[in-house]
Amino acid sequence: MSTDAETPRAPIVPAASLLPADAPFPKAAKVALGMPQLRANLAHATGTIRAKRARLVDELDDWERLRDTAAAIKADVQHRLPELAVEFERNATAAGATVHWARDAREANEIAARLVREAGTDEVVKVKSMATQEIELNEHFEAVGLKAFETDLAELIVQLAEDRPSHILVPAIHYNRTEIRDIFDQRMSDAPAGLTDDPAALAEAARLHLRRRFLSAKAAVSGANFAVAETGSLVVVESEGNGRMCLTMPETLISVVGIEKLLPRFADLEVFMQLLPRSSTGERMNPYTSVWTGSRDGDGPKDVHVILLDNGRTGVLADEVGRQALSCIRCSACLNVCPVYERTGGHAYGHVYPGPIGAILAPQLEPGRHDDLPYASSLCGACYEVCPVKIDIPEVLVHLRQQGPHHAGERAVMGAAKAVMARPRLWRTALRAARFGSMPWRRKGFMRRLPWPGSKWTVSRDMPTPPKEDFRDWWKERRR
Amino acid sequence: MSAREEILERMRRALEGAGEAPPAPREYRRALDPEVDIVELLIDRLVDYKANVHHGLDAIPEALGGAKRVVVPGDLPEEWQLGGADFVPDEALSTADLDGMDAVLTGCAAAVAVSGTIMLDAGAAQGRRAITLVPDHHVVVVRRDRIVGHLAEALPMLDPTAPQTWISGPSATSDIELQRVEGVHGPRRLDVVIVGP
Repeated sequence: MSTDAETPRAPIVPAASLLPADAPFPKAAKVALGMPQLRANLAHATGTIRAKRARLVDELDDWERLRDTAAAIKADVQHRLPELAVEFERNATAAGATVHWARDAREANEIAARLVREAGTDEVVKVKSMATQEIELNEHFEAVGLKAFETDLAELIVQLAEDRPSHILVPAIHYNRTEIRDIFDQRMSDAPAGLTDDPAALAEAARLHLRRRFLSAKAAVSGANFAVAETGSLVVVESEGNGRMCLTMPETLISVVGIEKLLPRFADLEVFMQLLPRSSTGERMNPYTSVWTGSRDGDGPKDVHVILLDNGRTGVLADEVGRQALSCIRCSACLNVCPVYERTGGHAYGHVYPGPIGAILAPQLEPGRHDDLPYASSLCGACYEVCPVKIDIPEVLVHLRQQGPHHAGERAVMGAAKAVMARPRLWRTALRAARFGSMPWRRKGFMRRLPWPGSKWTVSRDMPTPPKEDFRDWWKERRR
Repeated sequence: MSAREEILERMRRALEGAGEAPPAPREYRRALDPEVDIVELLIDRLVDYKANVHHGLDAIPEALGGAKRVVVPGDLPEEWQLGGADFVPDEALSTADLDGMDAVLTGCAAAVAVSGTIMLDAGAAQGRRAITLVPDHHVVVVRRDRIVGHLAEALPMLDPTAPQTWISGPSATSDIELQRVEGVHGPRRLDVVIVGP
């Protein structure tokens, strides 16, 4: 496994840069499909996690009942969102936190940057957080002269490689151990000499690299997995201890929390903390969970801030079918089982939330953009089966396809089909014509290439030939 | 309109006519089957996640494994401070002081057998969060009466608004090829001493 330290290293190429920038999904996916190393890394990693999850889920005989409860709690949260948000604010404030509200990414970033400056520093350590990825907090900080250091191992890898995350839980899933060793070797100033690609050695290098920063940081930025309205508490679920470091050691803590993260009661954690670790990392419980409520004398940060973030969520809430996407607890089980994600990876989706959940969240959070993502699915339904909060992703995908824009050609074809199908005689004539026209392919049973505009269909699928006898003829024959 | 007012208004508008959600069913398990030996199960799960397990107060020196300087919460029972280590009570020790400690010795608020989870809530014999984080070796004493089978039994034992840390095995990561590796930023060694009748 170890390699000679003298071997010349391949230059670091950020994986996201290999895909055409801002390309629609089909175009980006096509490029990704042509990257054998990426596909091998993804197949290996998603295969590993699928097997772990399946084994751990099987241990619980009440898994389906837990899913039912979680889905119902989340639906209740959505229906009572204004009331719960205010309850959370009241209780967090009473416990010494300052609660801010942000309509959009810009507002959240400006509040966070101001708070960092007020803490008397220009750098922060960060706990892995999807909300801060979504608002591009790091990029905003850099633009205003602040520095955000990612401390989760995978986020650190992505940040050092100047890449973008490709998975919700394991943002560096697209890199294998050798590629990670090369990134550390070339981009981490204090990487030990002769670093091998043994995962334990790589983890040790990250520990040494970040330790002084943890122990001296003045401010930290986090997200939260859950926000408990009843107590005003925030919950962060993690593995490495980087979260605990960020949440405990600095004087100032700023947490960016999407409004959909609310839970009514502290006791609801008994449901979600069984579902989340098993669904995400395939563990009975993740190594560390931190729960904090405002600030406490002599224990942890004195200056505790919570930024409640909308950024498109209230728009999602307004859609009766689509709002279930707000139940997502970011476990990423749907990514790991998705046949599309497994082959294309996360970057092709062009959004911070990739995979099946991204395909329903991205177009709703940013209406008018990502309208191609609801089609990035075969509607096989595996995502719905593993979703711990029972989001019916295929239902929302179909709903968004119906709502989304449709190509002029598609509209014309559908209009024509409608006109023909509404006239029985015309329809029969059309069927006869199709049978006649497809005669040469009858024995094969399908046509591989149709001329334009049929080629739009056959470019990625075969066209079956019409049956020799249709239902109407068969019925007529029987009644005789 | 303030951001707060505007967001609340957007929520209310989005929910116009949505009504109430049906009450959540609560049919899931809240305890393990009574025949399960929860102490045995806890040990099994701790070992599975690479924690070391010891029995009885007499095993504390062995669990401390040669640590010389051991930080302890100010209220740690005297009778737990066994062996030749130098036990340093945490009286607002600096981060640098904590970083110089070989180990930390604490109690806990609860332990969940099914997931091998030790829960701290800043209560008796637990101290503040930093002392169980900065030293590289955590030794935690678990009284048998603090062990429960199921998560749902443990939550009522915690002070919900106190700072909590739930610990399941030593620090770990699965970020490289989704393979679990023990030992990153939190204590890399976790020793659990089970005591009591």
